[in-house]
Amino acid sequence: MSDQYDIIIGLEVHVQLQTKTKLFCRCSTTFGASPNTQTCPVCLGMPGSLPVMNREAFQLALKTACALNLNVPRFTKWDRKNYYYPDLPKGYQISQFDLPMSEDGFLLIRDPKGQFEPKKVGIIRAHLEEDAGKSMHDEVAGKADTRIDLNRTGTPLLEIVSQPDMRSPLEAKAYLNELKLILTYLGVSDCNMQEGSLRVDANVNLHIKSEEPKKVATPIVEIKNMNSFRAVERAIAYEATRQYDEWQETGKTIKDAPKTTRGWDDAAQITRPQREKEESSDYRYFPDPDLAPVTTTAEEVEAIQNALCELPMAIRDRLHDGYGIPEYDADVIVNQGQIAVDYYEALALKTGDAKMSSNWVQQDVLRVLKERDLEFDQFPITAERLATLLKAIMNKEIDTTRAKDVFTQMLESDKDAPTIMAEMGIEKVDDSAIDDLAREVLEANPKAVEDLKNGIQKAVGALIGQAKKKNPNIDPGTFRAKCIELVKDM
Amino acid sequence: MALYEASATQLLSQLESGEVTSVEVTKACLEQIRKHDGEVGAFLKVMDDKALAKAEEVDKKRKAGESVGMLAGVPVAVKDLLCTEREVTTCASKMLENFVPPYSSTVVKKLEQADAVIIGKTNMDEFAMGGSTENSALGKTRNPWNTSLVPGGSSGGAAACLAARMVPLSIGTDTGGSIRQPASFCGVVGLKPTYGRVSRFGLIAFASSLDQIGPMARTAEDTALFLEAMSGYDPNDSTSANVPCPLFTQTVDKPLEGLRIGLVKEHFGEGLNGEVEKAVREAVAVYESMGAKVVDISLPHNKYGIATYYIIAPSEASSNLARFDSAHYGHRCDEATMLEELKAEEDALRAAGKEAELKKLDTPLIRMYRKSRAEGFGPEVKRRIMLGTYTLSAGYYEAYYLKALKVRRLIREDYDKAFKSVDIIMGPTAPNPAFAAGSKTNDPLAMYLEDLYTVTANLAGIPAISVPCGMTSDGLPVGVHMQAPALEEDRLLRAAYMFQKATDWHSKSPSM
Repeated sequence: MSDQYDIIIGLEVHVQLQTKTKLFCRCSTTFGASPNTQTCPVCLGMPGSLPVMNREAFQLALKTACALNLNVPRFTKWDRKNYYYPDLPKGYQISQFDLPMSEDGFLLIRDPKGQFEPKKVGIIRAHLEEDAGKSMHDEVAGKADTRIDLNRTGTPLLEIVSQPDMRSPLEAKAYLNELKLILTYLGVSDCNMQEGSLRVDANVNLHIKSEEPKKVATPIVEIKNMNSFRAVERAIAYEATRQYDEWQETGKTIKDAPKTTRGWDDAAQITRPQREKEESSDYRYFPDPDLAPVTTTAEEVEAIQNALCELPMAIRDRLHDGYGIPEYDADVIVNQGQIAVDYYEALALKTGDAKMSSNWVQQDVLRVLKERDLEFDQFPITAERLATLLKAIMNKEIDTTRAKDVFTQMLESDKDAPTIMAEMGIEKVDDSAIDDLAREVLEANPKAVEDLKNGIQKAVGALIGQAKKKNPNIDPGTFRAKCIELVKDM
Repeated sequence: MALYEASATQLLSQLESGEVTSVEVTKACLEQIRKHDGEVGAFLKVMDDKALAKAEEVDKKRKAGESVGMLAGVPVAVKDLLCTEREVTTCASKMLENFVPPYSSTVVKKLEQADAVIIGKTNMDEFAMGGSTENSALGKTRNPWNTSLVPGGSSGGAAACLAARMVPLSIGTDTGGSIRQPASFCGVVGLKPTYGRVSRFGLIAFASSLDQIGPMARTAEDTALFLEAMSGYDPNDSTSANVPCPLFTQTVDKPLEGLRIGLVKEHFGEGLNGEVEKAVREAVAVYESMGAKVVDISLPHNKYGIATYYIIAPSEASSNLARFDSAHYGHRCDEATMLEELKAEEDALRAAGKEAELKKLDTPLIRMYRKSRAEGFGPEVKRRIMLGTYTLSAGYYEAYYLKALKVRRLIREDYDKAFKSVDIIMGPTAPNPAFAAGSKTNDPLAMYLEDLYTVTANLAGIPAISVPCGMTSDGLPVGVHMQAPALEEDRLLRAAYMFQKATDWHSKSPSM
């Protein structure tokens, strides 16, 4: 944020769809296979081979379109984008040009911490295309070899293009987070950035505030090579400062310079200009004569719309409104994915204490997952088992501190809380025993009694400590209340 | 009649009855090739051993009483742009001179399943671009009727081997007339099926929306038989028509009652050779004598056919041929020489202080593409790539490609209208009989005009056939061209059969 300018951000996101096979052939899309082992004449672009559309990929794209409020036209076709590159075996990429399979939608973004106003980010279009292969340049000195792996060639990509509606790196990050969540909730993509399943290009420029009636816009820069959301956030922030400095230096505006491309150097934390030819590329798009156009009926779209799962934003609202937990809590849980939501809901229903359940999921469960580098579905304690522990706490059978010990034990075994508590000798202390213990401790500590009488509440802390040594099972809250009650009568 | 002269239908009945064996038939054809192909040059490759092995296998199956395919034991020639597994498939181009596909085209597979004996790969214009087979980078093909003449193209080898009685069946491909025009020049039957009737999988594409594989033979019956063997829906080709394939062999001999023949006024105007016109008009008269009715019709947008074709076909070709970039297969220039040249150019520019030009110098990768493609493609292929690149480029797309698509639709609509009043449209296949080799090689436009009557069937996607219907005074064959609505191949075959019952032009053979 700046007083001098607004940052104008539009994002292009390439999402790899989670299909078993490629977009136009039956080759596997599994990541990490030996180079060129998942190829066939079709994805190698061998002479005479012909593409045939993968229906599943189209269905996943339709699902996404529905979730992003995009319109799906009845008719869509395939176009060829012609350019030469060694990892593009046909000399063209099959994509969608003037009639994409979906257009004109939006995505709602909201920040639970309230750092920006909730907003609707427009989505211009989402279209399907095939991925290219991978070139691996031999960097060893004296060598100029390039090796080509065509396993990725023909993998289905959905390109989602936003309107330039975002105004800060934070908003851009929120948009990406929300988009990623939706795609993973839908099961449309695993969105693994390390494996290239989700790739982001950011178009950034500034609207500089000026005295003149018209705002001044700086030239648009497309930033590439960002491999994490954090990198996107930083690259945009960097680029905003850089563009402002450049504008002050050169005075160049959007009218003076065409869009340029810069790459994000994560090590140096800066963007660098990418080498470009002077003339702009002419892709010579035209309809692919090898592929029949695709028609989608309104009924098909409706059926997909109706079968759509509950989306993250709706779940947040439901957790907040239905369980009464804070928006922030709901956000943390939803961000963990559908499995976390299911876990939380099961826990809250079993225990009947929504907030306590939320605290445990957010603090204890997530801490363990992080420490042990686990996914949510690998968490060893089921919601049912964790509920037994929480209930014990609610019934004052165990205090929170000792509950953490039981929790740790539960991680190592599949026993439920009462069993472990019994093994540890933890049991609820009845009221008369607490009464006796309180009297005993008070008697032995006249100084503390005196302090309490004078209203020095913290004196009871030492008493709890002594009492716990005598009986570790006492509930500190109950014991404290008892002491205060007894002192009043003394 | 010598075995090599027999039609496929005749051969099949002799094979069935045990009169002859496939090995005998195959040997007869191979012998005929050995004798005459030096002069004709129809084949780029003859697969003697494989053919004889297949013939032997089929003979064994027959002897054992096992069921055999519908072309069992019949020799077939395959145009060299149809991929054949583990056999060089060149497209008559230096680019693919050593290309061995790891798969067979659907059509070749179907022929194998039909137990046909694939005898060799035939010559053609490079990447099917041309009308005389003079654009082949790998050899000359001559017209068996007069070896100083061209056989037509691009399926010149496919037509010539039939005319020279080297093989009874031959596969061609037709993008703008490449089956029908050489059939006409060589005095054989050639049929371009409805777009989508025959799978294009494994056909090395020239212009995908126009290319179609089709049968070439000497008789209507053989053409019906061959078409039936190669047709059908293919899930590997999303443009293939998902419709049942009719049994053409069972309807070919049924005469067409009350046939209405449409004659296009414009087809008999300027540019049409007088002897060709005479032969075609006599053919029409033959039909009239059989009770057919002649109706004058108009195809007003037909005159834009050539212009439309020469926008759409090169546009698609420029993209289809981009895959021949020498990165993965095909001809690659000598890299060491290329790098030396590049270095020399760079040094010269630097020495001259031409910094701006230095920046524009190719990267080694770009130079590799450029040089390899410059060496690998012939002039006609380059001409069309350039044309197509131009017509698809930003700023020209609307003026050329998009406009051509619109005209294409108008041409299609003309046909729809015409076929409401006639069953078949009849006319000359080509404006001239076979011309002298070399006479048009320096005038590509003159060559393009040879497609005048044939291209519109490709633009409209409808079936069309050329049937021998006469001879010029020089003893050169003339073909009559017949077009029918989409998926009405049986109508064309029945009409051809009627004509061949009443005449004997199809049985004339060149003296070799």
